[in-house]
Amino acid sequence: MGNVVQRQTRGALRFQLFRKMAGLELLSDQGYRLDGRKATELRKFQARMGVFAQADGSAYLEQGNTKALAVVYGPHEVRGARSRIRHDRAVINCQYSMATFSTAERKRRPHGDRKSTEMSLHLKQTFEAAVMTQLYPRSQIDIYVKILQSDGGNYSVCVNAATLAVIDAGIPMRDYVCACTVGFVDETPLADLCYAEEGGGVSSLALALLPRGGQIALLQMDARLHQDHLEALIEAAMTACKGVSKVLDQVVRQHLQEASVPSAE
Amino acid sequence: MLKSKTFVKKTRSGGVMKIVREHYLRDDIWCGSEVCTECKQESTALQRDPCLESNLCSYPHYVIPDTNVVLHQIDVLEDQVIRNVIILQTVLAEVRHRSAPIYKRLKDIVHEKEKNFYTFTNEHHRETFIEREPGESANDRNDRAIRVAAKWYSEHLKKSESDTGPLKVVLLTNDQGNKQKAEESGLLVYKCEEYIKSLIGNPELVDRLALSNDDKNDITSSKVLFPEHLPLSRIQAGLKNGTFLQGTFRASRDNYLEATVFVQGEGEESTEVLIQGLQNLNRSVYQDVVAVQLLPRDQWVAPSSVVLQDEGAAKDDNEEEGEEEKELRVSAAEAARKPTGRVVGIIKRNWRPFCGMLNASIIKGSTRHLFTPADRRIPRIRIETRQADALAGQRIMVAIDGWPKHSRYPNGHFVRSLGSAGDKETEQQVLLLEHDVPHQAFSQAVLSFLPTMPWEITPEVMVNREDLRSLTVCSVDPPGCTDIDDALHCRELDNGNLEVGVHIADVSHFIRPGNAMDKEAANRGTTVYLCGKRIDMVPELLSSNLCSLRSNVERLAFSCIWEINHEAEILKTRFTKSVIKSKASLTYAEAQMRIDDTTQTDDVTKNLRGLNKLAKILKKHRILKGALTLSSIEVRFHIDSETHDPIDLQTKELMETNSMVEEFMLLANISVAQKIFDEFPDCALLRKHPAPPPSNYDILLKAAKSKAVEIHTDSAKALADSLDVARVDGFPYFNTLLRILATRCMMQAVYFCSGMDSDFHHYGLASPIYTHFTSPIRRYADIIVHRLLAVAIAADKTYPDLMDKQKQSALSNNLNYRHKMSQYAQRASVAFHTQLFFKSRGILNEEGFVLFVRKNAIIVLIPKFGLEGTVFFDSKNKVVPKVVFDEEGPSLTVEQHTFHIFDRVMVTISLDASNIQHQKIRMSLIEPVVPGVSVSAPEIEPLAKKPRLDR
Repeated sequence: MGNVVQRQTRGALRFQLFRKMAGLELLSDQGYRLDGRKATELRKFQARMGVFAQADGSAYLEQGNTKALAVVYGPHEVRGARSRIRHDRAVINCQYSMATFSTAERKRRPHGDRKSTEMSLHLKQTFEAAVMTQLYPRSQIDIYVKILQSDGGNYSVCVNAATLAVIDAGIPMRDYVCACTVGFVDETPLADLCYAEEGGGVSSLALALLPRGGQIALLQMDARLHQDHLEALIEAAMTACKGVSKVLDQVVRQHLQEASVPSAE
Repeated sequence: MLKSKTFVKKTRSGGVMKIVREHYLRDDIWCGSEVCTECKQESTALQRDPCLESNLCSYPHYVIPDTNVVLHQIDVLEDQVIRNVIILQTVLAEVRHRSAPIYKRLKDIVHEKEKNFYTFTNEHHRETFIEREPGESANDRNDRAIRVAAKWYSEHLKKSESDTGPLKVVLLTNDQGNKQKAEESGLLVYKCEEYIKSLIGNPELVDRLALSNDDKNDITSSKVLFPEHLPLSRIQAGLKNGTFLQGTFRASRDNYLEATVFVQGEGEESTEVLIQGLQNLNRSVYQDVVAVQLLPRDQWVAPSSVVLQDEGAAKDDNEEEGEEEKELRVSAAEAARKPTGRVVGIIKRNWRPFCGMLNASIIKGSTRHLFTPADRRIPRIRIETRQADALAGQRIMVAIDGWPKHSRYPNGHFVRSLGSAGDKETEQQVLLLEHDVPHQAFSQAVLSFLPTMPWEITPEVMVNREDLRSLTVCSVDPPGCTDIDDALHCRELDNGNLEVGVHIADVSHFIRPGNAMDKEAANRGTTVYLCGKRIDMVPELLSSNLCSLRSNVERLAFSCIWEINHEAEILKTRFTKSVIKSKASLTYAEAQMRIDDTTQTDDVTKNLRGLNKLAKILKKHRILKGALTLSSIEVRFHIDSETHDPIDLQTKELMETNSMVEEFMLLANISVAQKIFDEFPDCALLRKHPAPPPSNYDILLKAAKSKAVEIHTDSAKALADSLDVARVDGFPYFNTLLRILATRCMMQAVYFCSGMDSDFHHYGLASPIYTHFTSPIRRYADIIVHRLLAVAIAADKTYPDLMDKQKQSALSNNLNYRHKMSQYAQRASVAFHTQLFFKSRGILNEEGFVLFVRKNAIIVLIPKFGLEGTVFFDSKNKVVPKVVFDEEGPSLTVEQHTFHIFDRVMVTISLDASNIQHQKIRMSLIEPVVPGVSVSAPEIEPLAKKPRLDR
């Protein structure tokens, strides 16, 4: 175990050193980011719904190199402690995990470590705000998300993937929940950060939005940012989320078309 | 519009990590040329008709330089002649990685509109991006990327119509392999030298070319003169296991065969290693970071006291240096031996362009010449030029290109001429360059952040700002001052107390954190005042106009307002951003006249009287607390308005109003320091003046004792008090001399970040805390303090660097360095003007006082000119008189006469112009008469003499 920890810090150190020496230029004078995108451009989306037959709903989503798998079970009766039963609504149970092979260095990731517990909690909050839980009193909905490959914006990709999975499960939601991670560099907000940008000393902010009504389901930031910049950053995040919602909508429609054609025959 | 392909880049670092990155390739990156009809670009940088006439390429063309051409020939690229150049992203990234200063220069060029430089983002372009092939090195890949981009351009431009036939692109590279491959793929490619030499009508560009590797071989013989430098990997291994030491190379000023390497140790454990002999110096140049290896103890030597100049004609590389080196070793007394070592490798070169003069080669028509830098610590440099005749007698700049192991001198190239030696403009340039004062005109990038004229106060500006336009504010400054950064007001309140306000130009309103103008100002650190010239920290529009609190115009200010009672006790302090309208800009003398003239009763004068009264009380309080009043003589030149030659010298006079303004500035600085420290205990930028260690006072104590005067140095107050009572009958100048000596004992005041230090005390001002707030136009520290204060009163927002104590600390180091250098430059400028003055006045006889006594000389101060000079008793070509030095006195007995500190002497002053690069004032003794040493008073016109003796 000790060995693993040590290696991890060494890796982190090396990355810092690398950064200091090269001093990554996150946004060039010509307005291009490290990977060739412009400030407001999202990464490439690739999504598939209904990837598993056994689960009630499932989806696979790639946003650039970040790849996530989301599976939904339920609504079903509450399992475990009976005290968790809510008489007016369904409870949502989220579990987030990362594959051992999801990062540059292979690493065992036990369940229930602090980072993933926190992420699970965030996901839970997000979906409690979006799913119409009052339709299913005394029941439970399980959402499991796994990151297969991590390249920045893990939270956002999980939310987007889970949204598709929930839709695939046929559970009614108020709206798509779309999430996006944005950062602030040289007075410019950058949309949909990749790993190099997240690690490059950018203050990043994750936002989950219900795009039609413009309601914010979750907003999370743990970096330093001047409050005057916050508004611009949130504005950029909302625009990016609306972009995401368009893509997701397309995916859902395409999936419906594909699914409905054979059954009509 | 956007097609994106996902590519995977693999980077292996340390053999463990595999970094996977996406890379989006675009088809919306335009070519930037005016002729192109295909690209949907909004603005173009490259001209339709690039006119650059060349023998090689008679057609219109654009130029693409490769990385090495940019790195080595940046001097050429900066020339106005070179235009319409395409800088590829590959090149830009490589330059950025290899050299930060060159990267900055390159970016400045790109920003300049007239240069028509265009950066083409080839690495993100769908058709010009290439992947590294297996077995291909990173450099080879980049070279290929440059070729592919050049190829793309030539294909792309073929399609577009032009009246003069299709535009072409020319690739410049010095790499033989690269050139060959480019030719194979049908590109127009030239070596940089070939191309520059072919340009019609610009022969002087050729001299600015840096020598490339293959040229060096024919300059020098093949004999190896120096040991090989070790590769960096071996140096690092050596440093780790302790066989080598890393340090900064400091060449000796007096002896070109000797140097020390300053090894920074942990804490106080810094050591110096002595290096002697050309072989051991091993091609190090002053300020390089080098690795040294200590020699065995029995080979240690003592630093020699011999003065050796590398003079005369260029030595052949194979000529023995033996004799001079032997001379060095003679004086190796056992006890005086110091750790000695030799340089085994260079870790980092710190070469900059050097100023100096050309020693034309004796062979007529030769193109290789030696260049002697003005700084004696820099070795002579061999350069190649065809214009030696034109450059003789001129101050020129030369950059070092390299120092191969078989060459006695480093090889360099001519950068530019500064003008003829001895000329005022030229000498000013030289001293600015030698003191590392950034003095180029502000770049386009910087100027783009200036407010647009006509500027006026808009309602947005008035947010968080108080309107103080109705107050009777006035400014008091030295005559001819155009950057007025402070103004004052004073008025009676209804409750009988006084309200006093100090209004400082709100520079931080115009200079926003992080932009190019801010970075430039942070780098410059301070405005440098030379005799008759000012090198601004911020562009003139700000310094002399928008930020200058001139009379009868509305200006933005940062105000510090106190409520003070008539005993000058502060009852309330408040800070606010404001708008003011100064009613009068006065000089010290004008203000003094108004105060003294009882018939004047206007508002401004009443104001001044109130301020003056308070200032006197404040000063009394301050002196009671133990603030020092020290003395140094400052001189002012009366400069001829047409020729700009100094025609008279005058020591600066101080008036009551000087101290009035000063008093309130001190008060404002202290109040602000307290406020920002309370608000930001970790990152306030403060200024401290450490108490000098007791040993510093030795000279002062000894000197005072010799006149039977007791000086107490236990505290600042004791020192101030004892200086006040120190008087000698019949010697009115004694007190001033003593204060001058006391000034020399002091430490330098420095900026620091409050989170990094615990000692805040300002010794000289006897204040527990101090900062600089009152001159943001000419000091960058004040801008930072303004920003901190603005955040503290919620008038402005903060930014990350402001709150980062490491960054603050790094910034204050730079400010301290710039401040020190600007003072040196200032002194050098005064010295130069003093020389000019004495050149025009011829030989003068003056009265002076002995300020210090040294082993072989006395240092004489001439109060009239504030001039200090050394009278040597053992000049080279004369018989050395019998000299006995007594350290206790201190006194120096020459033949029969004994010199003590404070002795009155007569000296004759003349200009020693024997060394044209280092002209200096020479003093020789007239009175007292010491046979064999003193000279008889040379004749001078008696008219001038009389008033001088009256003083």
